[in-house]
Amino acid sequence: MSTTTAPDLVPYEDAVARYDTVIGIEVHVELGTRTKMFDGAEVGFGGEPNTQVTPVSLGLPGALPAVNGTAVEYAIRIGLALNCTIAESCRFARKNYFYPDVPKNFQTSQYDEPIAYDGWVDVELEDGSTFRVEVERAHMEEDAGKNTHVGGATGRIHGAEYSLVDYNRAGIPLVEIVTRPIEGAGDRAPEVARAYVQTLRDLFRTLGVSEARMERGNVRADVNVSLRPSPDAPLGTRTETKNVNSFRSVERAVRYEVGRQAAVLDAGGRITQETRHWHEDRGTTSPGRVKSDAEDYRYFPEPDLVPVAPDRAWVERIRAALPELPAARRRRLQGEWGYADAEMRDVVNAGALELIEATVAGGASPAAARKWWMGELARTAKQGEVELADLPITPAQIAGLQALVDAGRINDKLARQVLEGVLAGEGDPEAVLVARGLEIVSDDGPLLEAIDAALAAQPDIAEKIRGGNLGPVGAIIGAVMKATRGQADAGRVRALVLERVNA
Amino acid sequence: MSAELIRRSAADLATALAAGEVSSVEVTQAHLDRIAAVEPAVHAFLHVSGESALATARDVDARRAAGETLHALAGVPIAVKDVVVTEGVPTTAGSRILEGWVPPYDATLVRRLKAARLPVLGKTNMDEFAMGSSTEHSAYGDTHNPWDLDRIPGGSGGGSAAAVAAFEAPLAIGTDTGGSIRQPAAVTGTVGSKPTYGSVSRYGLIALASSLDQAGPCTRTVLDAALLHELIGGHDPLDSTSIAEPLPDLVGAARQGLSGDLSGVRVGVVRELQGEGYQPGVLARFEESLEVLRGLGAEVVEVSCPHFGYALEAYYLILPAEASSNLAKFDGMRFGLRVEPEDGPVTAERVMAATRGRGFGDEVKRRIILGTYALSAGYYDAYYGSAQKVRTLIQRDFAAAFERADVLVSPTAPTTAFRLGEKLDDPLAMYLNDVATIPVNLAGVPGLSLPAGLSDDGLPVGFQVIAPAKADDRLYRVGAALETALESRWGGPILAQAPRLEENR
Repeated sequence: MSTTTAPDLVPYEDAVARYDTVIGIEVHVELGTRTKMFDGAEVGFGGEPNTQVTPVSLGLPGALPAVNGTAVEYAIRIGLALNCTIAESCRFARKNYFYPDVPKNFQTSQYDEPIAYDGWVDVELEDGSTFRVEVERAHMEEDAGKNTHVGGATGRIHGAEYSLVDYNRAGIPLVEIVTRPIEGAGDRAPEVARAYVQTLRDLFRTLGVSEARMERGNVRADVNVSLRPSPDAPLGTRTETKNVNSFRSVERAVRYEVGRQAAVLDAGGRITQETRHWHEDRGTTSPGRVKSDAEDYRYFPEPDLVPVAPDRAWVERIRAALPELPAARRRRLQGEWGYADAEMRDVVNAGALELIEATVAGGASPAAARKWWMGELARTAKQGEVELADLPITPAQIAGLQALVDAGRINDKLARQVLEGVLAGEGDPEAVLVARGLEIVSDDGPLLEAIDAALAAQPDIAEKIRGGNLGPVGAIIGAVMKATRGQADAGRVRALVLERVNA
Repeated sequence: MSAELIRRSAADLATALAAGEVSSVEVTQAHLDRIAAVEPAVHAFLHVSGESALATARDVDARRAAGETLHALAGVPIAVKDVVVTEGVPTTAGSRILEGWVPPYDATLVRRLKAARLPVLGKTNMDEFAMGSSTEHSAYGDTHNPWDLDRIPGGSGGGSAAAVAAFEAPLAIGTDTGGSIRQPAAVTGTVGSKPTYGSVSRYGLIALASSLDQAGPCTRTVLDAALLHELIGGHDPLDSTSIAEPLPDLVGAARQGLSGDLSGVRVGVVRELQGEGYQPGVLARFEESLEVLRGLGAEVVEVSCPHFGYALEAYYLILPAEASSNLAKFDGMRFGLRVEPEDGPVTAERVMAATRGRGFGDEVKRRIILGTYALSAGYYDAYYGSAQKVRTLIQRDFAAAFERADVLVSPTAPTTAFRLGEKLDDPLAMYLNDVATIPVNLAGVPGLSLPAGLSDDGLPVGFQVIAPAKADDRLYRVGAALETALESRWGGPILAQAPRLEENR
């Protein structure tokens, strides 16, 4: 089989020079409700297998679903935040297919009547421009259980001795958000894809509808890619790469598919409409099931549920109670902080927005907060190859550090030493300062002692100064700073030296 | 003494229990004795839970002795159709695929029976997954009609109807998707009521067709049906299709009917539910009942429901479509029968196929195939979509008819009980049995069957009363009035004319 060898790839720049890329993205988000979509089973990460189940989520004979009102509210929040129309009435449908992780052998989903439709969201790109992504629909559905294949080589079903099913996840509420074809992104399609998923993730967190932790699979993306010779040509045949579960992978998967499809098209081939698997380790995709052979899901309206008809007044109350959304918040903060566009963009791209906001809330000036996070700390993070937020230091500690500077108790140079101590786990800035004895010497006594010693050691310089030549004062100050291990205020030392010499 | 007890109505037993004339243990034991005596001939039960029934009875007697206030039906035993899930008691729905399955939970209606402390005698036989009109499609053998043991007891709830008719239980629970409570009632000379869709919770009923299924009472009197309906009915948050508003006063309506006055009640005779295909004896009893109703002061009018002629076709698309999906969960993966393929790899898909191949009977397979086809891409609009349109037209027919009449009436079934095996190889003939009951399910309105006498062949005939949705009280008022008048003509209940069953003792 040719699938074992990597297909030819056209270098990305060449591919986008010859083809126009169109993408489409389906994002599934697990809602953070206390119980499941259609029953009272409690939801929790990491429970013992098959402990978070009821007759409903196990699909036992006789069990019936009942819609979780909180899940509907969360779906409406998402719909409103994505500028969608909220359906006056919508229905659930059954998607019928046999698979052991689907306890009823059908998934209860929404088909032709989603709860939210016709929306859009503006996505900010790294250069600070925005790109509008149109949202076709957002609909509610239930998650499937989880299969574990035991005894095979790679945890895949092929070659496995047996399989285990955990139904804890079965029935967890999901909202699936489907974009319209995203056209006009050109060679920036991979970046748009990544920024879109990131925008949604931020939105879910802001809305409080999900923890939206990518690494736990709370947010999962399916990425559709197609190429066409030019933007005015009809849409090309698309592939759907399933379960791309990190921002970086979303970008890479689009890039890879562009290169792969360009190679197929260059060779005069045709793209097969299919789902593809994403291989995180290799950064490639491989064919899954061919769409034209896809099962007939025999959708029909779920007869066990009545239509969901959100009361208009309720929808308006939800709208009124929506928190400030990320884009609006960024605009507000930039205004409050007085950052230039480029500065703000760098802050956002570095993931420093929340950190700076908290630092400012802790009393630091916006300029100082930015200086710390985008300067010393950004360098530290880069060296350690970690995210800024993962550094072992809090915004409150940075605010405390800056307060010491502002109070004149340390200078910038000492502050960097205090920072080093905090990062090394030596405690809060105040504690580090005390423990390391870094406070600026403000008592004149020890300074005068040091000055006298320095003058005595260099009588010729003292003489020159006395004669009115102030040039060599620096040498005395340097000696005093050295003697006090940098903890002296240079201005004060200078004044004392002049006083002493001319006394 | 016990022969006396088993022939009494649930209402009578309730009165006697409340008055302390008899204990629940005595009543329950009398029925268990009767079950032991006649079951070899009737085979109404798939499982008898004598010990737990007696335990409930002892508990009721102790509470009553302690002066506790109990539900009116407390201590009156009941049988439950095996399609209803019962915690700790085997539940098979008449299918091999659920053999040995012991549910970990109770259906809502069972919880209500237990809360009211009715001793549950056991689970009754039925056509597999309630698909059939004769109970011959049970994987566990035929049930025999107590009027003639060579004849069918109706279906799918033949077990519940036969148990009540054979005095094995004063009350039973049935379920009715296209007539499975009413047609068995008709052919066994008993009373069966299919409540308004949503009147009784479906939580814990093993679903056949979700949009049609409804549980209801199987009894020997109209008042008993009202009493049981009131007990099991009412809103249940676990069933989204359950009606939120309270039930009408059903028992009050039945008692009002017993007074025998139907002045001002407009009774509509459905033109399309008589004539060709109906036995002359069935039609004769129907006409006599209309005369009786007129005599009680009712105004009898004729109404037309032109789309009823399409009901059977629409029903046999909607039901299989929903059933094909509802029955998908029976796959050998989580509960019930599991069959591994005899050769070749043991994959999930192959286990599912082998389990379903062995576990389902022919009628179930027939309907799953029909339904899967009807829902397939490219056929959905022509089949399922069209059937739903017919359903809307039938609902409109009912709405128009109820403009002119307070209740509608028809024979319950076109014929009396046929012989076992007679229609087993002719599914269409079998389906035609439900021609008069199916429109009621498609519209979600309530319908009740009560005995209208015996046909020329000496077998019982059923009279169906239909009311608008949520007006179930009208069934009981009209039904009780007609029942009283007919029984005074007959000189007693129709079942008094049934041959006495040979007691196996």
